Amino acid sequence: MNRIVRRNQLSDNVVELVVASPVIARKRKPGQFIILRTHADKAERIPLTIADADSNAGTITLVFQVVGKSTAELSDLKEGDSIHDLAGPLGKPTHVENFGSVVCIGGGIGIAPLHPIAQAMKSAGNRVTSILGARTKNLLIMQEHMKKASDEVIVVTDDGSAGDQGFVTTALEKLISSGEKIDMVVAIGPSIMMKMVCKVTKQHDIRTVVSLNTIMVDGTGMCGCCRVSVDGTTQFVCVDGPEFDGHKVDFEEMMQRQSTYLDQEKKSYEIYKHGCGDNCTCNRK
Amino acid sequence: MTLTAAERMKIPRQNMREQPPAERVKNFKEVPFGYTEDEAVEEAKRCIACKAPQCMTGCPVEIDIPKFIQQIANRDFERAIETVKKTNLLPAVCGRVCPQETQCEIKCILGKKHKPVAIGNLERFIADYERNKLGAKIPQIASKSGRRVAVVGAGPAGLTVAGDLAKMGHSVTVFEALHRLGGVLMYGIPEFRLPKEILEFEAKFLEKLGVEFKVNAVIGMQYSLDELFEQGFEAIFLGTGAGLPYFMNIPGENFNGVYSANEYLTRSNLMGAYEFPKSDTPIAQSKNVAVVGGGNVAMDAARTAKRLGAENVYIIYRRSEQEMPARLAEVHHAKEEGIIFNILMNPTRFIGDKNGWLTKVECIKMELGEPDNSGRRRPVPVKGSEFMIDIDCAVIAIGNGPNPLVPRTTPDLETNKWGNIIANPETQKTSKKGVFAGGDIVLGAATVILAMGEGRRAAKAIDDYLKTGNW
Repeated sequence: MNRIVRRNQLSDNVVELVVASPVIARKRKPGQFIILRTHADKAERIPLTIADADSNAGTITLVFQVVGKSTAELSDLKEGDSIHDLAGPLGKPTHVENFGSVVCIGGGIGIAPLHPIAQAMKSAGNRVTSILGARTKNLLIMQEHMKKASDEVIVVTDDGSAGDQGFVTTALEKLISSGEKIDMVVAIGPSIMMKMVCKVTKQHDIRTVVSLNTIMVDGTGMCGCCRVSVDGTTQFVCVDGPEFDGHKVDFEEMMQRQSTYLDQEKKSYEIYKHGCGDNCTCNRK
Repeated sequence: MTLTAAERMKIPRQNMREQPPAERVKNFKEVPFGYTEDEAVEEAKRCIACKAPQCMTGCPVEIDIPKFIQQIANRDFERAIETVKKTNLLPAVCGRVCPQETQCEIKCILGKKHKPVAIGNLERFIADYERNKLGAKIPQIASKSGRRVAVVGAGPAGLTVAGDLAKMGHSVTVFEALHRLGGVLMYGIPEFRLPKEILEFEAKFLEKLGVEFKVNAVIGMQYSLDELFEQGFEAIFLGTGAGLPYFMNIPGENFNGVYSANEYLTRSNLMGAYEFPKSDTPIAQSKNVAVVGGGNVAMDAARTAKRLGAENVYIIYRRSEQEMPARLAEVHHAKEEGIIFNILMNPTRFIGDKNGWLTKVECIKMELGEPDNSGRRRPVPVKGSEFMIDIDCAVIAIGNGPNPLVPRTTPDLETNKWGNIIANPETQKTSKKGVFAGGDIVLGAATVILAMGEGRRAAKAIDDYLKTGNW
């Protein structure tokens, strides 16, 4: 079960896995995610958005960045290996309708979850303009996929190595001031990026949806770990989200909560990279 | 050798040996060691075999208590476990977690003048004896009916339904959302109260009965109930549990370090975070922990915090100690382990530093006023009595509500205003044809044994429904 059918290295530390998961492939809607554990032995549960799916082939596509032990172990899996636990589809699907003109903004790894939403918006008859941003050319992913899913694609990089130099907010502001009509913005990426996009769109009163990537444990609404404040009320990203009205999200609080385990995460990753395994005693404090 | 009633009454209640507190706060191993065979036999001899036993009336699944105790007294251990398993499929669990002091033991006639027979300890003994010495005996299964039933949730209610229906010859598939079976038995109750190897043993036993388990199956998301019917299941039992954490909705509840009890315990128990970094899931390693609440969940959270290395662990409970719903044994164990009981107190807000980390909790003293709906005296804040406690972790254990996933995605399933599924108390039938429900999802957060009782009734009603087609 959950066999890896294909593994692609999209960039230095971004991996794409195509996984055999026929039920989820059929059932999933854009915006939904899965929770997985790489192996049976005390692995943690992590959420990943479903970047694409093929219901005929019975596969789902996961795109992730290696940021710690769990993603590193996931990256170590080869074609033919199985992911031990995979549950989904989870979360409320994106609300898709013909809004008119939708600007999809993806920052870094956020382009992966953005992709199915752009696809759905285009299918629903929207004019889709996608702004893809990354720090540098090597970290840009899924450009071809996004070109297929959009009417227009604007690329920006911090260092100008691809597309225009600047942030996604710069490109967005340029688009707004060009007078182009924008009915809706969908922004997915690092929390700070989504926060900044919302600041811009709020000034121009443009409806904005963000997809939040809080820490999760069960993903089914039973623990409250993923809670965020939206318009002053507590919402669970795993069952009430992952998408919310960006203008109502308390990004500061969300970013603060996302840092809860930085020390433990660092420790875990260091032990993993050290390579001796759990019972390593060399040079350990 | 038959003892007279007078001789029996002279035998003192046998204490169960336990890990000493100073030692046990450093490990997650089970605290009580269980009776030896001799201790069990001695305790069983205390039963005076009343002509009109009341103990059975206190048991939600009506175990034939006098019979199994008599069999233990006669060292007929194989028969004793058979007797218990006629009505209780999870005796190793119930013997450890049932509030016997409010169920069977409170009815024990011996208890009127002496200490009641330690029915729970004996149930635990005989279940452990079977698991360790005998191995599970597969009971007689009725001939296969070829009828398929879907059970949603592998907690106590679901496991009971699965076992009962399998024994009746039906084909059962249990769908569990998490990656391990057991529900609250796995994620809620710590290893030091309920070793997980017991759950593995029980699950294997159910598999031998023919039950099929599917983990990572989130019903309501992966499949809807109607889709389960389309797949050929003729009846569905919902045992999805009290998986919705309640927060206090006071300021500061989202600071780093504030947990719901569900999250804190799920990290430690299900994910093994108490062994981090051997386990990949982290949990706060705190020095001063406040647990808000007075039930078993609060005790479990507090005792877990202690074992994770906290110097000071406070239980903050707004009523008096007599009103605490926790099992007496758990309160007793918690106190022995050095947990500080701040009773008649309630948090008013959490305080944190500029980086969003919890640093203090402000509490107010409470006093008891007039009784409320539950019959308990309502706690009333004492004006101006606020004070601060320095903490770096808080666990909110004030209760859980019903998990909303299945009701939310099944519009024709009636729920009450709190989100509990409405079910007929005799048949466990819901408003949706072919769908039954039981356990915490119906009752609100209650006990393992009550969930099992509901499961028992549901299994009977499902069998009936499959045979007659009458809804």
